[in-house]
Amino acid sequence: MERKTKIAAEDGKQEIIITREFELPVDMLFMAYTTSEIVEQWMGNKVLKMENKAHGGYAFEVKDPSGNVLFKANGAIHTFEPDKKITRTFQMENTPFDVQLEFLEFEKLTDETSKLTMHVIYRSVELRDQQLKLPFAQGINMAHDRLQELLKNSKTK
Amino acid sequence: MNLRRDVFQAIADPTRRAILLLLASQSMTAGAIAANFDTARPTVSKHLQILTECELLQQSQNGREIHYLINAKKMKEVSDFIEAFRNLWDDRFNKLESIMKQRMKNTAKKGK
Repeated sequence: MERKTKIAAEDGKQEIIITREFELPVDMLFMAYTTSEIVEQWMGNKVLKMENKAHGGYAFEVKDPSGNVLFKANGAIHTFEPDKKITRTFQMENTPFDVQLEFLEFEKLTDETSKLTMHVIYRSVELRDQQLKLPFAQGINMAHDRLQELLKNSKTK
Repeated sequence: MNLRRDVFQAIADPTRRAILLLLASQSMTAGAIAANFDTARPTVSKHLQILTECELLQQSQNGREIHYLINAKKMKEVSDFIEAFRNLWDDRFNKLESIMKQRMKNTAKKGK
């Protein structure tokens, strides 16, 4: 499967650059990032708060079916320029990860396409590397679970 | 969802990891590989199929025999954590794109 998202994470640096081109006009892309109901759908978080303006803030949360909080994150918005850029902080609560600085740039390519560049800066190289590994570790766990389910289902057939 | 192509799902299985280790320094036929495991031959074949489908293993024909060998380039991808990180974001962005495309379609319909 072709993966369109590009990740640049040089060894020994404490930043990551994520780029992705979308078959969407830039205002649609920006809308997807700044409208609570839409963010909830593609990020998979509940949006507790979203104040889209300079000195505004935002907060996300994920709960499991019993209501236990699995994940909480929040940040402050530093710069907010519609259809152009958002500069903000981001921090996952109750984790060893410190706050990170994010520069999001929205660029019009054509009337129907646009590009997002996310430049994320971490407090240290170690913290950046740990964050990079998180989905890998989660992926292996998820893969184990999926496999176990598959085996369980095939046995009961 | 094409489970088979997911490299991380492929290496999550201990037998498949063992097969990869076995082939680390040599290519082998399916029969020779199976001889190393207590598992039934069809099960080993299934594992080989999954590993080949996600391109961790390649096949090379040697006369009448098919030899399995490691695809070094893909193995490097696996040890590269960035791949999983990228997949996480790519999945989100794919969703974003399809949500907004649908929204645009719906708006266009309403306008007419």
